[in-house]
Amino acid sequence: MSADITMTSNVTGSQRYYLPQPSPYPVLVSAALLVLFIGSGLRVNGVGAGSWLMAAGLLLLLYAVVHWFSGVIAESRGGVYHRWESRSFRLGMIWFIISEIVLFATFFAVLFYERRISVPWLASLDPRFSPWPGFVGGWPTAGPAGHRFATIGPLGIPLVNTILLLSSGATVTWAHWGLKENRRQQLIAGLIVTILLGAVFVLLQAYEFHHAYTELGLTLGSGVYGATFFMLTGLHGLHVTVGLVMLTTILGRSLKGHFSAEHRFAVEAVSWYWHFVDVVWLCLFVLVYSV
Amino acid sequence: MSSVSAYVNEHEHEHDHKPRGLARWLFTTNHKDIGILYMLFGVTFFLVGGLFAELIRAQLIHPANHVLTPELYNQAITLHGLVMVFAALMPVTAGFANYVIPLMIGAPDMALPRLNNWGFWLLPPAAVVLVFPGILQLFGVGNGPIDTGWTIYAPLSVRSGLGVDFAIFAIVLLGASSLMASINIIVTIFNMRAPGVTMMKLPLFAWSWLITAFLLIAVFPALIAGGLMLLTDRHFGTHFFSAAGGGDPVLWEHLFWFFGHPEVYILLLPTAGLLSHILSAFARKPIFGYRAQVYAYWTIGVLSVIVWAHHMFTSGMPIAGQLYFMYSTMAISIPVTVLFICWLGTIWRGALSFETPMLFALGYIGLFGIGGLTGLTLADAVADQQYHNSYYLVAHFHYTLFGGPIMGVMAAAYFYLPKITGHMYSERAGRWHFWLCIIGFNLTFIPQFLAGIAGAERRVVDYPIQFAGFHMASSIGAFILGAAQLLLVYNIVVAWRGRTEPASARVWEGAQGLEFTLPSPPPYHTFAERPAVV
Ligand SMILES: [Cu+2]
Repeated sequence: MSADITMTSNVTGSQRYYLPQPSPYPVLVSAALLVLFIGSGLRVNGVGAGSWLMAAGLLLLLYAVVHWFSGVIAESRGGVYHRWESRSFRLGMIWFIISEIVLFATFFAVLFYERRISVPWLASLDPRFSPWPGFVGGWPTAGPAGHRFATIGPLGIPLVNTILLLSSGATVTWAHWGLKENRRQQLIAGLIVTILLGAVFVLLQAYEFHHAYTELGLTLGSGVYGATFFMLTGLHGLHVTVGLVMLTTILGRSLKGHFSAEHRFAVEAVSWYWHFVDVVWLCLFVLVYSV
Repeated sequence: MSSVSAYVNEHEHEHDHKPRGLARWLFTTNHKDIGILYMLFGVTFFLVGGLFAELIRAQLIHPANHVLTPELYNQAITLHGLVMVFAALMPVTAGFANYVIPLMIGAPDMALPRLNNWGFWLLPPAAVVLVFPGILQLFGVGNGPIDTGWTIYAPLSVRSGLGVDFAIFAIVLLGASSLMASINIIVTIFNMRAPGVTMMKLPLFAWSWLITAFLLIAVFPALIAGGLMLLTDRHFGTHFFSAAGGGDPVLWEHLFWFFGHPEVYILLLPTAGLLSHILSAFARKPIFGYRAQVYAYWTIGVLSVIVWAHHMFTSGMPIAGQLYFMYSTMAISIPVTVLFICWLGTIWRGALSFETPMLFALGYIGLFGIGGLTGLTLADAVADQQYHNSYYLVAHFHYTLFGGPIMGVMAAAYFYLPKITGHMYSERAGRWHFWLCIIGFNLTFIPQFLAGIAGAERRVVDYPIQFAGFHMASSIGAFILGAAQLLLVYNIVVAWRGRTEPASARVWEGAQGLEFTLPSPPPYHTFAERPAVV
């Protein structure tokens, strides 16, 4: 590469990249995670102060994250971000979502492996090596020994939830369209409806989990069926919850009049994230509940 | 650390103020500060990981030895692996990326500076969480840090002590750190290049890190997912890795190696990119086969995520699977050979000089070459039945991981030390460092090849008496290799203290690239105004 450089003489605003001042919040987030994880490690092993450390870690995390983001929002309001900085944020969000896709893809791969490879393979062994008496190698696995359970079919709450979440994907897009044309009322109305749909989804999921645990006997311990079922739906539910927090923040900022057709990165990022949890749910509906 | 801050404060021409002392390093959003933090962290844990290696070799110096208890031995081999991979090599390569890539591409900083700070500061908590069970043990809680081997295989890891839980949390933190660094590097390369630095003019180091970042994003979440499942298997009654509920311990191996094989290239690629720059500088010739190397990185990146199960030939696999993983693994040698040819083409008929960075670069080609060739023998599914879990395997991956990435990091450290500190290191100490590394390393691992072929099992605290000679030689080699690293520390200190000859902007007569047009050390903020590269 040739290294002859010339300094561009007419440096305009968009030629200068905004570099933030030193910030205490990233290292505070790390400190919070340190406390949280040491607490968790103690808690799962039943050691004394674990729960207290976890609570302290979570509070510190909340404090640090809120301050970190408040700073970014203040900078954004202060007009320091232009197209160049915006493009960094957008690219960053896209690659973050890609890493999340890999996380879910791994759990789907685990579902495939347990269902199509591990369970049939155990069934092909001499019956004396079966994991429990009467093991047939079907899906669902009909328990480990002495632990029978019923499963949740696709046509009850899961179908309702699919409709709810798909509609919420449409409403968030509608809200985003409103913002693109500077129609603030449409943005706010769209966000409110999206949040309501998402909240009902989470409540129904919580009800379904409760129902599974108390009435169906379906738990994390229900063999690999229960393990994959709760891991996938639970992780997804967690992501929907995080998405709701993000949407609520965006709604609050919209009510304060923060966004415009030119300054809409946050709204766009949240709507990408929401579509991502939407698509994950569709995969769940097909692969976990239906097939 | 104080000497660094004193140094930089004297020499910079700053436009905006920054906190002094500890606060500067904790809160910094500057890519050079963060790069230095990464590098210091990496060097520190390189010495810590080395200390574990010396403990292992002290135990194995003769049969029926009692330097370590079997429990401590298991912890030492586990921590040696985890520390060297996650706390030494990965941070150092991320450090070079942070420091050098923005300079190479004419960027004012990394694209997301606060995220960059967070990426680094996730590492010290991860290290604390990893060794925390050692502190708990002092208070009579649990039985110390993780002892399962760095591969954390189920079902052992499901049954083992609380050290595993803390290791899982450490891996989650390390994963978050790597993902943040990767996102930052990708965004920086996509969005922050100076006008004129097109993708096909991108320095090879930036290209190699770009592919590395893609790989990290493609595979690290799989290890995090595996860790979560291991945690629920241990404490929340799931059966992901247990046949008692329809699961399978081999699933862990798949998840681990889906991450673990690409990890080899995650460690290797950044140094492969640096190697091309270093060879070109000391051959005083342009890089040979720039395009071929970029395509080789891509090919290596793509192939590396589809070959993982060559680590599992002895775990039981259908013949079709064995053949697929055997041939696809061997196919990786093609793009790697392309890199070798380009490196040799770069120095072919060059006006060579042999300063320390060049010595390490040539050492890289030789040692990593041996690692690659012995890898081919292990990729053969039939031959692997004999080699697997023997010292042959241990020797092989140390030739790839020490011979490649660590030699590359050494070369790059000497190459950039004068640029970063503004002063030369001691060339004499550098040469001693190199030759002691070569002698110590080969003396450590050539006997392990031989012992492995003769059937010596790895990972065991003791061994049959017929391997005594091999192990004795290997331990002496390891002590030489370990002692040699003190020369690296010496040279870093010498350059930092700044009493030696100042380095010029170009540093090396043949050095190319934007970073060598800046003064040594570069000012605190560089390219605040975009340079145009013609
Ligand atoms: Cu491999």
